[in-house]
Amino acid sequence: MWLYAARRVLFTIPIGLGVTIICFALIYLAPGDPVQSLLPPDATANDIAQLKHYYGLDKPIPVQYILWLGHALTGDLGISIQTNRPVTDEVWRALGNTVSIATISAVLAMIIALGLGIVAATNIGGWADRLATAIAVFGVSVPTFWLAVVLVIVFAVQLGVLPATGMGSKGSNTFSWFEWSEARYAVLPIVAMTLTPLGILMRTTRASLADILSQDFIQTLRAKGLSETAVIRHAIANALPQILAMFGLQLGYLIGGSILIETIFTWPGTGFLLNKAILTRDIPLLQGTILVLAMAFVGINLIVDLIQTLVDPRIKRI
Amino acid sequence: MTNAMPGTQSAVRPLVEVKDLTVDFVSRDATVRAVNGVSFDVMPGEVLCIIGESGSGKSVTLRSLMRLHPKARTVIAGHMRVGDYDILSLSEKEMNAVRGAAISMVFQEPMTALDPVYTIGEQIAETVMRHERCSRETADKRALELLQMVKVPSPERRLKAYPHELSGGLRQRAMMAVALSCRPTLLLADEPTTALDATVQIQVLIVLRRLQEDFGMGVIFVTHDLGVAAQIADKVAVMYAGRIVEYGTVRDVLLNPKHPYTLGLMASTVNGQKKGEDIDAIPGSPPDLRALPPGCSFAPRCRLADAACEADFPAPVIRAGGHMTRCFKANGEIRPMEAAGIA
Repeated sequence: MWLYAARRVLFTIPIGLGVTIICFALIYLAPGDPVQSLLPPDATANDIAQLKHYYGLDKPIPVQYILWLGHALTGDLGISIQTNRPVTDEVWRALGNTVSIATISAVLAMIIALGLGIVAATNIGGWADRLATAIAVFGVSVPTFWLAVVLVIVFAVQLGVLPATGMGSKGSNTFSWFEWSEARYAVLPIVAMTLTPLGILMRTTRASLADILSQDFIQTLRAKGLSETAVIRHAIANALPQILAMFGLQLGYLIGGSILIETIFTWPGTGFLLNKAILTRDIPLLQGTILVLAMAFVGINLIVDLIQTLVDPRIKRI
Repeated sequence: MTNAMPGTQSAVRPLVEVKDLTVDFVSRDATVRAVNGVSFDVMPGEVLCIIGESGSGKSVTLRSLMRLHPKARTVIAGHMRVGDYDILSLSEKEMNAVRGAAISMVFQEPMTALDPVYTIGEQIAETVMRHERCSRETADKRALELLQMVKVPSPERRLKAYPHELSGGLRQRAMMAVALSCRPTLLLADEPTTALDATVQIQVLIVLRRLQEDFGMGVIFVTHDLGVAAQIADKVAVMYAGRIVEYGTVRDVLLNPKHPYTLGLMASTVNGQKKGEDIDAIPGSPPDLRALPPGCSFAPRCRLADAACEADFPAPVIRAGGHMTRCFKANGEIRPMEAAGIA
């Protein structure tokens, strides 16, 4: 068990290194020159060279990479070109904002998906199954940006019960989950974020439960005289590894990929930050954000893998 | 007594009485009669073997006794009594209390019949707690006793093992421990040795037979292995296409078979023939249950069949000692060797 965990942790090192190389290569893959966008069009060659030297862009690329990696490992991701603040601070604050709503959304999606999936898998072909499947299909097919806009129109504009954008009346610094006047700003982003993982998790739950309920040992459980509830408990224990793996992926996507939702609701999270960095060609900020998000994704999958060994005895326990 | 069982004239009431059992599987395109008017009795402490090819209805008969078929797609008719329970009139809740307690079942494939993510101990204790409403400690202690009883070596360690960590033979013993955990009066065994090696098969059979005698359980044992049947059975029922075609004591049916199908089964075993000689298999394959011939279901494969066989299904004929056959040809002076095509 501990050996497995240690090996699994070691495996993340090459993955992490690969991620840093891709992040760094972004500067050279992206069209346009970050230095040029900072200077007026009539800047002299001398000005350009000076600025390049200031950001270290005149050194050979491998040297630049090693320097950047060394800084990144010590938590220094450089200075944002646009705001002149440390990238680490910017990303860290945004990550906190995103992780909170992403986790709530993923857990919410998981709970509802488990409920719907169980109902569907135990009534395959019945009306409850069809209804639950319809909800799942709606969840995976409706574009979240469309849903986000509709939510704003209905709840913010027409009903006026929830705020449309932002993170609290006085900005993200004073945001609190424990005061409704602040927390209500998170409601619409969370609802919009929940729908897609809800659909995907529900379909995973339904499919894996249905598969397990058709296996031989389910008949043994019935032959032992167990109640239907106890039989379903056994089935869920068997389906859990699969559902958990999907949950980890979804949580990773939500933390890394909610650019559209965060932009529509101007929620100051990582997606919002990423969008800003792309639009302003803020390469250090872009690199830093992507690096942190990719690492978060790797980390979540590592945690899920480790939890798997606890819930599934068939994974070799060495 | 059923007319299939006039031989049992003792005062003891049979443990199991099945009369005219029919089981239909209903699907959108067809209704299949998997079991067609089956009747038999099992006395307390007696082992009945049901023999037949795949699809003959033997496993379906067994599962019907516990009502394990999916309710929505199955129609069961007839009469089944086990002990004091009239199986078909029990509510689902009452049936659930009987399952695993008074009647329990051992399945064919112990790898897939045990829950892969629960330990052996948990799976045994769960059954004990379900039926005896006892504490976890009592159930765990009982699980240990049960593993010792089915002769699992180092049982303390095996309680904490998962099914995939055990060998096939040990898994089947664990399965038996689950089935025996609440001291059933009737044990249903669905080809419990088919998936095992020949040597392991014998060990499991010996354990099963000994426990059956110790507990005085009635056992219905489904198999397609005549050798296994000869070792363990008191009575044998031979099924073909949903009907019992021959029924009697193990001595009558296996040593003095009358039905051409039973004779064919005997001839197709590997015992006794000369080296290099072909095994005498029954020609053809079992009939499609959706399109049974109007007469005897076995007639298309039978060497003795004539016009009468193709017109009607033969009624049961019972000889001395309760030896029953359903065959026109078995009634007169049948020459067994000729029927099996050996002559």
